[in-house]
Amino acid sequence: MVTTPSKKTVRLSRVIVRFAGDSGDGMQLTGDRFTWESAANGNDLSTLPDFPAEIRAPQGTLPGVSAFQLHFADHDIVTPGDAPDVLVAMNPAALMASLPLLKPGAEIIVNTDEFSKRNLTKIGLTTSPLDDDTLATFSVRPVPLPSMTVEALAGFGLGKKDAERAKNMFALGLLSWLYHRELDATEHFLNDKFARKPEILKANVAALHAGYNYGDTTEDFVVRYEVAPAPVPAGTYRNISGNLALSYGLIAAARRSALPLFLGSYPITPASDILHELSRHKHFNVTTFQAEDEIAGIGAALGAAYGGALGVTTTSGPGLALKSETIGLAVALELPLLVVDVQRGGPSTGLPTKTEQADLLQALYGRNGESPVAVVAPKSPSDCFDAAIEAVRIAVTYRTPVLLLSDGYLANGQEPWAIPDLADLPTLNPGFATEPNGPDGEFLPFLRDPETLARPWAIPGTPGLAHRVGGIEKADRTGNISYDPDNHDTMVRLRQAKIDGIDVPDLEVDDPDGDADLLVIGWGSTYGPITAGVRRVRKEGKKVAQAHLRHLSPMPKNTGEVLRSYRKVLVPEMNLGQLALLLRGRFLVDAVGFNQVRGLPFTAPQMQDVINEMLEGV
Amino acid sequence: MTEIPLKAKDFKSDQEVRWCPGCGDYAILAAVQSFLPELGRKPEDIVFVSGIGCSSRFPYYLSTYGLHSIHGRAPAIATGLSVSRPDLDVWVVTGDGDALSIGGNHLIHALRRNVNITILLFNNRIYGLTKGQYSPTSEPGKVTKSTPVGSVDRPFNPISLALGADATFVARTIDSDRAHLIEVLRAAAEHRGTSLVEIYQNCNIFNDGAFDLLKNPTTRDEALIPLRAGEPIVFGDRRVVRDATGHLQVSEHGEPVVHDPTDLELAFALSRLSGVALDHTPIGIFRSVEQPTYDDEVRAQTDDRANEDDLQALLTGPDPWTVN
Repeated sequence: MVTTPSKKTVRLSRVIVRFAGDSGDGMQLTGDRFTWESAANGNDLSTLPDFPAEIRAPQGTLPGVSAFQLHFADHDIVTPGDAPDVLVAMNPAALMASLPLLKPGAEIIVNTDEFSKRNLTKIGLTTSPLDDDTLATFSVRPVPLPSMTVEALAGFGLGKKDAERAKNMFALGLLSWLYHRELDATEHFLNDKFARKPEILKANVAALHAGYNYGDTTEDFVVRYEVAPAPVPAGTYRNISGNLALSYGLIAAARRSALPLFLGSYPITPASDILHELSRHKHFNVTTFQAEDEIAGIGAALGAAYGGALGVTTTSGPGLALKSETIGLAVALELPLLVVDVQRGGPSTGLPTKTEQADLLQALYGRNGESPVAVVAPKSPSDCFDAAIEAVRIAVTYRTPVLLLSDGYLANGQEPWAIPDLADLPTLNPGFATEPNGPDGEFLPFLRDPETLARPWAIPGTPGLAHRVGGIEKADRTGNISYDPDNHDTMVRLRQAKIDGIDVPDLEVDDPDGDADLLVIGWGSTYGPITAGVRRVRKEGKKVAQAHLRHLSPMPKNTGEVLRSYRKVLVPEMNLGQLALLLRGRFLVDAVGFNQVRGLPFTAPQMQDVINEMLEGV
Repeated sequence: MTEIPLKAKDFKSDQEVRWCPGCGDYAILAAVQSFLPELGRKPEDIVFVSGIGCSSRFPYYLSTYGLHSIHGRAPAIATGLSVSRPDLDVWVVTGDGDALSIGGNHLIHALRRNVNITILLFNNRIYGLTKGQYSPTSEPGKVTKSTPVGSVDRPFNPISLALGADATFVARTIDSDRAHLIEVLRAAAEHRGTSLVEIYQNCNIFNDGAFDLLKNPTTRDEALIPLRAGEPIVFGDRRVVRDATGHLQVSEHGEPVVHDPTDLELAFALSRLSGVALDHTPIGIFRSVEQPTYDDEVRAQTDDRANEDDLQALLTGPDPWTVN
């Protein structure tokens, strides 16, 4: 590609780009492709898709705005960024919805074709923000995207509507020019996507190039930018979203434990992609069962686990509520079972496409009776892979349901992932019972392993071990129905002791000089913003320690000791203080919460501010 | 196969049976225990899954593997087990409240999928374990603890419901007729796919005599309509005939309809002969057709052909990049 030499290139350390348009404008796809291009350029990156629950919300309205934010840099970054440097706005609604987020002076590439009186009226404007001083503090690049796309595609034999549809590729081409990106990977992608529609394929490729060339030739763009590759450890990388990483983690864990994988699931946002993904890999001994409801999804998974499979069910908050009784049954049966909750805004239907971490207490306690389970939470999209493997280890080793708490931000966010070598992944022996374990040659289904307190996993078909289990309280050792008061007390305590005794790694603290007064502790997807905030504060020359809990049940044995060794403890959470409640209750520390439930992840400046406020009070 | 043929006692567990004395469940348990050796399967290859209710204690009293689960969910649990373990013989024991009220959804979906399980639905038309509330099969006007002035609920006809869900094997039998019960169990067990067997079962504590019309020697011949494949549907001195419009009717004369369990419309029409009054109650196999089972079709899509290289390739994906 020939580039006009007169255009200047400016090197930047990091850039935040936001693509915003109607739900049907292809913003998620455009953002996704630009992400891949950035990854191929070697940048570190983090993404945040932000879209409405409606598939095609009313066109041109504020609630219908679908956005995709990408943060890419020449150094290690941990969040999808705060205030965008660049906005691509496909219509007035997208422009006005994004405006409050932008950095002062941000560059706005705006599709001028959509600023009709009708479209302005839809969002309550009487004059166009392009004509008054609304955008005075920004650097505006007006581009009539659809008409330029239609012009570029003249002679392709496409109708105006079909041609206009390629406008997102025009925009992607323009951005690609602006940031010195190669177009090859996106061309490959389009080749695959439209293999059966050669006309559409040609149009999209042409629109992509037209956008690139437009940047090259127009006088509206005089500066190009370059973000150098980030220095990262040697290795092979790919981009991965949380839901994909979680799916792969499940497949890998099942393979490493030689168990067939059985997923029982009912479609629910934002967890459905795990069902979709696992359904594509049935030759890895994966069975997927799209059940009639959430309860049947977990019921079938538990039935499969009873039969010796790795039983998994995937859901989001409202679905977890429906599964509660079956999780309780799994606690009573003491069988391995994985329950994945991709949390979203609640209560009730709440905010299906937005993130939140308000299911922690539901996961820990949302069942009748004393019903302890293990709870594990990944901290980043790629960490969903390792967290899934860890959850399977606990479930199989301790014969217990494990709740894996992902969230909407992790599920759909992407980041580069150092692809693991299979040989480095742990193997796991399910250790099915094969012979009677009783002193008199009988089988005692509730005789426990002295080390783990796990009971035998004796699967049907095993001779000599036929036994009956159920949700009614069982006698210790024999598993027969028992209403004996002492036995119930014993069994309740044994089930709790088993969970409390799960071997989990110690909580690691990042406290460079070891003498900070303030500890910031979080769990789950807040890891990125907390880390970014901590880095900013340290750059100011201040001291702050950071720890992040992956195991919420049981918590690492040194948790209390860590908490008590700091004068102040700050707990940022996307809920009203659920972890803080646990830490205060369990360890008698004066943990202070920072809480926000806006359906969006925290930002780095926000974390910086709240840490500084706490430090000032130290 | 074991060398010595198994007997009924080989299928009894060491647990004390705790149903009320006189409960119809005893007769069903004895019939199942005496039938199980016929299956030719070892106890360890058979699993009984149940929900909640009096009937759902059933698995504790058998020497097979057993799973006493939660209210209404047994068909879902059995589905996961059956799909992932084709080597097992999976049975579900449930009641009218368990299967038709709280678990109605799972029942109809198991039936429509044709999962390879055998469902024994003990219908006593009452809630027993919760001490006597009306159930989804209780007759309208039923006076119970929760309906002191009479129930206004319209009941389900379990056979019609199952046929409506396109179940491939649907039968009805009675706890007190051991020979008929075993005959139906045999056919149900042989059927590949979901078999639904409704068993009229007497709850002598909360709904005693609910099926007396079908048991009393002075009335049963006029009320019970035995269904046998390929045979004319006749009973007592009556018969089932088609009227001028083709509808089924009970009559004392005319050409009796010949039973054909592959004819879904006939099966449905037969299921409508008996209302809650039981005065014309067909028993036997309403429908029995061979259709692909859900289990087989799911397993046909699943295998463990992928090897470690395939897994590594999956993790690597189409667009990796290398940093040196």
